[in-house]
Amino acid sequence: MHFGVGEPMRQCEYSQINTRSSTPMESPYNKGTLRRKWQTFPGRNKFYCNGRIMMARQTGVFYLTLVLIVVTSGLFFAFDCPFLALHLTPAIPVIGGILFSFVLGTLLRTSFSDPGVLPRATPDEAADLERQIDVANGSSSTGYRPPPRTKEVNINGQTVKLKYCFTCKIFRPPRASHCSLCDNCVERFDHHCPWVGNCVGKRNYRFFYMFILSLSFLTIFIFAFVITHVILRSNAAGFLPALRDSPASVLEVVVCFFSIWSIVGLSGFHTYLIGSNQTTNEDIKGSWSSKRGKDNYNPYSYGNIFTNCCAALCGPLPPSLIDRRGFVLPDTPQPAPPTNGITMYGATQSQSHMCDQDQCIQSTKFVLQAAATPLLQSEPKTMADERPLPGRTSLGEPCTSLPLGQPTPPTSSPNLSCEAELLSHVPETHHHFLTPEEAPSPPGMLPCGSPLGHSHTMPFYNPASQDSLHEDSVRGLVKLSSV
Amino acid sequence: MATEFHNLHDLRQGTSLATKVFIQRDYSDGTICKFQTKFPSELESRIERALFEDTVKTLNSFYCEAEKIGGQSYLEGCLACATAYIIFLCMETQYEKVLKKISTYIQEQNEKIYGPRGLLITDPIERGMRVIEISVYEDRGSSGSSSSRSSSAASSTR
Repeated sequence: MHFGVGEPMRQCEYSQINTRSSTPMESPYNKGTLRRKWQTFPGRNKFYCNGRIMMARQTGVFYLTLVLIVVTSGLFFAFDCPFLALHLTPAIPVIGGILFSFVLGTLLRTSFSDPGVLPRATPDEAADLERQIDVANGSSSTGYRPPPRTKEVNINGQTVKLKYCFTCKIFRPPRASHCSLCDNCVERFDHHCPWVGNCVGKRNYRFFYMFILSLSFLTIFIFAFVITHVILRSNAAGFLPALRDSPASVLEVVVCFFSIWSIVGLSGFHTYLIGSNQTTNEDIKGSWSSKRGKDNYNPYSYGNIFTNCCAALCGPLPPSLIDRRGFVLPDTPQPAPPTNGITMYGATQSQSHMCDQDQCIQSTKFVLQAAATPLLQSEPKTMADERPLPGRTSLGEPCTSLPLGQPTPPTSSPNLSCEAELLSHVPETHHHFLTPEEAPSPPGMLPCGSPLGHSHTMPFYNPASQDSLHEDSVRGLVKLSSV
Repeated sequence: MATEFHNLHDLRQGTSLATKVFIQRDYSDGTICKFQTKFPSELESRIERALFEDTVKTLNSFYCEAEKIGGQSYLEGCLACATAYIIFLCMETQYEKVLKKISTYIQEQNEKIYGPRGLLITDPIERGMRVIEISVYEDRGSSGSSSSRSSSAASSTR
């Protein structure tokens, strides 16, 4: 009797709930809270100010850069400028101020902007590409991994290979590369710079260049005028009293002295790159070096230095392709999760929660891939052999940290052919080493130690022999063993 | 059961999505944004080749204009550099202006040419400038067999 009264009401309730939440995606929208696209962004980036600011995950070194610049300049303005303005000219603090604000402006612009990230392919696109690749390969892919996927394009008479990115499920445009630290494909990828806490790519290269150029001028400026200040004081009172009167000058001189070598060297190097219209990535790999072949030349160069410079610095600024602040709509196709080539026609709804379940999905997939694919292949395994097992890994151990998935690691510069450039590369190689806990491996796995040793173990990168799937399956097995 | 299509909204109401055709990028001229003008076989029965090629060529010319390195872009670049790039907060760049033109053009093409033929072009900017996505819609009533064919094809690839 009691149930007879209650049941029809309960049945009404149940049917109401069913119609409302027919798909898991609908419940957030019914509450009136639409998520912004940056909240479901699949890469390893950090967003601030509701998606307006975009940075890499590891930002510790960026704060160090900020502190060094602000503190050194602050000390200069506080201790040296009053004396110099009085005894020399008040133009010194004015010029210093202008330089300082320019440096800060370009630094923040470089660090906070989208470097040119390519959004991942939608499931439909990915499926279409897979179909095309299967047709091209003769569709004999059963069980084992498919052969490495490349497309050849003729650009200005030069044959360029376009590689398929297994993470983003696209054929990378020419000059694009996948950053293992940020887990994104970036257009015209230059390098990942921990000092600015972001990748340097098509959209922020000019800001980066203006930053290092203006910083060179600023450090030279501060260095010169601090020395002048100390000399003027020593003339009046003697050297040691002069140092005692302005103790900050010593710190400034030390910081500037060490910075000048690296920053000025880096500016010179990038000036050369701009003039020849190359990226750091291409220069390190020697893609357009004449050593590779007599007919090897850079197809992107405009022929003369002036045009190259203008194109790089004054060319049109392309817009961001990832629309960070747009809203995720119910019918917006979400990017397909990375697989090893097995077509996974998952429902688009589940992928909207990728950001939350990303780690879990990735780890599970690696385990599954590891189980599905044979571990021992006939590939050269110099990298795989030196991978340490988890549990034995500690921060102090030299570990061969392999960049996640894709070939062309941005900051590994093991075989710099030009010794003169080594100096300017020093900050860049240090870039990678300064972030030891930044595991360029599947999320949550294998924290690798400072990989000082790894640069010697990696031979000149031959992208054709790289197999990201193989790496993934090895990593998956290691994860499996740690579970 | 023929449905009269008065606008794109009506178009989608009475139809179902049969397939999507992707026009890929053409990198033969370098990294500039340019799409292949090769006519895809899936559209052979849906639209005339000339119309399709005209659309793609116009889009290519728009993108070429956006990425043109000339007097205007130099002026913009130098001005921006002089103001430490703060001017980008108030000013719209050349590229953004052309993107707006492209968006209007695509909308117009959809309404006049592609919509009535059961096709829909998606703005490439929404696909990361990688592809021009053309959605092919089938009339729900008349194409029960073709949609079931496409769904069985999808399930066989899993």
